[in-house]
Amino acid sequence: MSTTTEAPQVKETTKTVDFKTIIDIKDMDLYYGTYHALKKVNLTIPEKAVTAFIGPSGCGKSTLLRTLNRMNDMIPNTRIEGLVDIAGTDIYSNEVDVETLRKKVGMVFQQANPFPKSIYDNVAYGPRLHGIKNKAQLDEIVEQSLKQAALWNEVKDFLKRSAFSLSGGQQQRLCIARALAVNPEILLMDEATSALDPISTLKIEELTQELKNKYTIVMVTHNMHQAARISDQTVFFLNGEVVEFDQTDKLFSNPSDKRTEDYITGRFG
Amino acid sequence: MIQRRDFDLALGELSTLLEEMGRRVERALVESVESLKTQDVARAKEIIEKDAELNQLENDIMDIGSKLILTQQPVAKDLRRILVAFRIASDLERMGDLSIDIAKVVVRLEGQPLIKELVDIPRMAEIVQKMIEDSIKAYEREDVDLAYKMAKEDDLVDQLYGQILRDLYQYIVENPHNASQVMLLNFVGRYIERIADHATNIGESVVYLVTNSRPDLNS
Repeated sequence: MSTTTEAPQVKETTKTVDFKTIIDIKDMDLYYGTYHALKKVNLTIPEKAVTAFIGPSGCGKSTLLRTLNRMNDMIPNTRIEGLVDIAGTDIYSNEVDVETLRKKVGMVFQQANPFPKSIYDNVAYGPRLHGIKNKAQLDEIVEQSLKQAALWNEVKDFLKRSAFSLSGGQQQRLCIARALAVNPEILLMDEATSALDPISTLKIEELTQELKNKYTIVMVTHNMHQAARISDQTVFFLNGEVVEFDQTDKLFSNPSDKRTEDYITGRFG
Repeated sequence: MIQRRDFDLALGELSTLLEEMGRRVERALVESVESLKTQDVARAKEIIEKDAELNQLENDIMDIGSKLILTQQPVAKDLRRILVAFRIASDLERMGDLSIDIAKVVVRLEGQPLIKELVDIPRMAEIVQKMIEDSIKAYEREDVDLAYKMAKEDDLVDQLYGQILRDLYQYIVENPHNASQVMLLNFVGRYIERIADHATNIGESVVYLVTNSRPDLNS
């Protein structure tokens, strides 16, 4: 051990990363009828990084994720107060077109949900919906999207086959390719690997590390070790509130809040 | 709400084993220096024989800790508890070996009268014994202040060792025929000084456990 003249020497164990904010949530409350599901949420999510939401069931993490592409609009009696700003736009303002928003903010769910169509048509679905008719252009988008989702090599010779012929893990990557095909900025992943086997899970985890170079990823996970492995920032929710938001390294090695420590060490929740 | 009861019990077992190692190391140091003072070869041999038990305790700690990492996937302070247990066990095992080395000197000096009555070596050993006691206490109580306070004593140990070296050098100049015993006594001083360094390492582990920072207490 080296000797120095000054004690104590404290080494900084967490990296500080300088990201640009893409999602800015200010004093946001969400009610399902009279139920207050999210309370005074203040959160800034950096772009081109993976942010993980963790917390026990019913803590509000999936609710907040669904707020980011207005999926909660489909639930009756949902009321939102406060600001949800994505890339400079208040996404709950009257001028915002929800379809355009969802093009910008794609989503992948717990259960892979391919359309009952071919692999090709699944990926081409979004671009076609947004008016792209040119075959060569669609071919290019399909290939690029499948490559980005690390699925191209496995399916390139069977693009006309039904999406249902794929394994669960492949179907989930197909859903990621489908989300990427409309060129989003943000990819929301709601428990996207919880129904997959460990190898498929690992593939998707590795994929997120590639995708974050180009996209912002916000994920909800019940698997804390997954959050620790692949996210840059982690947000811990409890009872509809953000308890702690920090660099993942810091949150999992030395959390600031006792409730976070109790949860991640498995002592409650 | 108490969850992970078995995990907590196993972490408790790690602490108990470390505390047991600490007590044994402390005793090994005291007894080896005592056997040197009294030139009690039989006692020195008993100390040497006990080394296997200390090694076994270290192995037990490694086994329990590895299994907990494998099965419990600990994070945050839980993970540090195990990492720190590995490190402290390894320090204590080395401290035990160094105490054995002192006992081996006693065996090698069998039949030779000591060149002088030992004063500084027992004094040094007394301070280091307290350092071992305090380092384990700091671990038990997760007491960062005590860890720093204990580590400060290392300066005094280094000073005493310097004094011993100077005295022995002076002696050897005047009595070159006793060089081999002087060398061995010098080694004893060095062994005790090394034990103190390992006690300081334990203090560092305590600070890491509590604060997640890595200080240098050997400054």
